[in-house]
Amino acid sequence: MTTFGLDTFGDVTHDAEGRPLTHAQTIRDLVEQGVLADQAGLDFFGIGEHHTPDMPLSAADVVLAAIAARTSAIHLGSAVTVLSSDDPVRVFQRFSTLNAVSDGRAEIILGRGSSVDSFPLFGYDLADYEDLFEEKTHLFAELLKGGPVTWQGKTRASLHEQDVVPFTEPFPTWIGVGGSPQSVVRAASYGFSLMLAIIGGHPGRFAPFSELYKHALEKFGRDPLPIGIHSPGHVAPTDEQAREEFWPHYLDVISRLGKTRGFATPTPESYAHEVGPHGALFVGSPETVATKMARTMKTLGASRFDLKYGIGGLSHGSLMRTIELYGTEVVPRVRELLA
Amino acid sequence: MKIAVLGAGHVGPVIARLALAAGYPVAIAGSGDPSRIEMIIEFLAPGAKPLTASDAVADAGLVVLAIPWHRFGTLEPGMFAGKVVVDAMNHWPPASAPLGTSEEVARRLAGARVVKSLNHVAYQDMEPANGRAVGLAGDDPAAVDLVASFLERIGFDPVPVGPLAAGRLLEPGSPLFGVAAARPEIEKLAKEQS
Repeated sequence: MTTFGLDTFGDVTHDAEGRPLTHAQTIRDLVEQGVLADQAGLDFFGIGEHHTPDMPLSAADVVLAAIAARTSAIHLGSAVTVLSSDDPVRVFQRFSTLNAVSDGRAEIILGRGSSVDSFPLFGYDLADYEDLFEEKTHLFAELLKGGPVTWQGKTRASLHEQDVVPFTEPFPTWIGVGGSPQSVVRAASYGFSLMLAIIGGHPGRFAPFSELYKHALEKFGRDPLPIGIHSPGHVAPTDEQAREEFWPHYLDVISRLGKTRGFATPTPESYAHEVGPHGALFVGSPETVATKMARTMKTLGASRFDLKYGIGGLSHGSLMRTIELYGTEVVPRVRELLA
Repeated sequence: MKIAVLGAGHVGPVIARLALAAGYPVAIAGSGDPSRIEMIIEFLAPGAKPLTASDAVADAGLVVLAIPWHRFGTLEPGMFAGKVVVDAMNHWPPASAPLGTSEEVARRLAGARVVKSLNHVAYQDMEPANGRAVGLAGDDPAAVDLVASFLERIGFDPVPVGPLAAGRLLEPGSPLFGVAAARPEIEKLAKEQS
């Protein structure tokens, strides 16, 4: 089954005059966006955990619960949960609760953490992120099995025959991978689905990751599992409009993030490449975005695509239009192209 | 000439693929037992040989360090004596002031002939190399020449920027870091800073 979703990092939205709205208003708008995503027929709405004034979505699961109360079909989840700097027991409890509230619509995408703000905030050393993620993923997999859990490790108190509540039905669990082959193998070894985060460069270069994942699943004796793609984008009635709307905000956000994350400052040339057929930005008219999505999904053997919409500085109205066009025009067109 | 790539994460397999495509025999090492990376290498750099770091380095004419900076301290320094070593690492998160990883690498790997390069190109921009200009910095002219010919053969346009201390020009915070700078821009900046 092919499914389509939207992801957001909850960037602070701006009003029509370009002034930033409050965190509280941004979060209330986000609930409206999730409700619209459901009405537009989308399969998934995900919120990525961040801890900065530009992206104040530190407690995404609370927002997801609010959306759950106003929707009936759409699945709700994280994109991603930075498991390395969280407690797997609390993460399980929160998403298990979301799964109950939403009547079985929770999903979780676990990430090692390319956005690193949570490490100092919660007292973790970034240098440990690989070990933290490995150990916590293992515990999370144990928790998902249900029943009393016995576990011992270095990153939290041991558990002995511990009931971790609430008990709910299992929910889909993914691992978000930005380029670490070890994370691909890890996803396969735990039987978690693979979400490829493709945020720059030619999406086709991830094809060997898909092959590695399928092979690893087979080697670990597991049934095939979905491969998904998470990529940024913006949809408007025409290519020109979409590109012009997105560019100043993309330039601003990536330039600022680049200082702490080593990204290059975008240029008009690099932008033109990223929005073109060989880049990772899905920015354009519904037809342009749909064509690129269908091709990328085929190349990577993906059955799920999550468009990461919204970037700091865009207005709530502009985001609502992207959601509407994505759900009602882009996704039906991709389904046609893939049929 | 045999190439040893240390690191099987984001960057290592890409450099291994480029070297294999250029006809070099390549060994690759992750942390620990080579069997841990066999499957990864089979799909991401088919033809490269998974070995332990010490076996890979022992046999190599050129060693590329593509491991996270915080793991550098775990490498056994003795095995690098006399080897030409390309430092493709970066401080992560970026240091507040440019410190120069390569000077630290050279200090710790006593006897190694260290050249700083490839660290300023994002791994997704390395393949295909397409004649992209890459800076290189080193104190040993013969080692710099050797690395330059390697970089050229795998598809880059190598641009020397000066001694190892000038490697800071290639680090996060520098106007060259992460951007597709052409040869004249790199040369100009290197001249201004010398």
